[in-house]
Amino acid sequence: MAVNPEYAGRAYPSSRPYDVGAEKIREFATAIGDDNPAYHDLDAARALGHAGLVAPPTFVFSITFAATRVAIADPGLGLDYSRVVHGDQRFAYVRPIVAGDLLEVTTTLESVRSVAGNDMVTARSEVTDAAGELVVTTWSTLVARGAA
Amino acid sequence: MSPAYDSVAVGDTLAPLTVHLERADLVRYAGASGDFNPIHWNERFAREVGLPDVIAHGMLTMALAGRVVTGWAGDPGAVVEYGVRFIRPVVVPDDGVGATVEVAGTVKEKLDDGCVVVELLVTFDGAKVLGKALATVRLP
Repeated sequence: MAVNPEYAGRAYPSSRPYDVGAEKIREFATAIGDDNPAYHDLDAARALGHAGLVAPPTFVFSITFAATRVAIADPGLGLDYSRVVHGDQRFAYVRPIVAGDLLEVTTTLESVRSVAGNDMVTARSEVTDAAGELVVTTWSTLVARGAA
Repeated sequence: MSPAYDSVAVGDTLAPLTVHLERADLVRYAGASGDFNPIHWNERFAREVGLPDVIAHGMLTMALAGRVVTGWAGDPGAVVEYGVRFIRPVVVPDDGVGATVEVAGTVKEKLDDGCVVVELLVTFDGAKVLGKALATVRLP
């Protein structure tokens, strides 16, 4: 069953806000092997002008992918999740994410198509803060390979 | 600490990075990222879905490559855009040796607004694992 192109443009709001925590930022930075002081030391982050520990540039994916998963798991979309691989990923920041941010995500299926038997879906996530301001936009392209 | 925009030239290379990944690193990243897909820790499952062995999270590879850029910029908040295509997986065998990923970065373009574009070359086992790996950094 090929993916349903009529689902292009469909939007899925955030289920609940995500509380960006200092310890989770430290844990994530350690997991990627990065000892940059801005990720671990509040004084260092503040010296750079940030309100709290800075989150690494890919940290936000944990939040946006949870929202993306809801969108791509929509049965009406017809995407076979068992064959999905991550094709592309992109982040465009308005400002860095810092500990203390309370983030919400709206995910839109920006593009839904079948190319040479492979289904490709691009989900765009817009991440906003407690003030309603856009913080970062992310795009995830997922590919479900055809049966061949 | 951050290089100044005026001091940077197209073609400048960033300090490269070599990372050794073992299974334990994938477990740690799974916990930190919330991605518990068994292809990243369960060899039996990985083989059942046609993979040669457990593979690293693509997003872990993207994060490792990003370290070259944030290390160069100093302030990670200076990274305004970052994108990659996932071309090939990094296979992480449970053999006490694991996988070695190499990252190199080059300044590809200087933009009018004080930003520069860095292109990343990320390889494993002699082949590129990420394509179109570009980061845009705002420099002072």
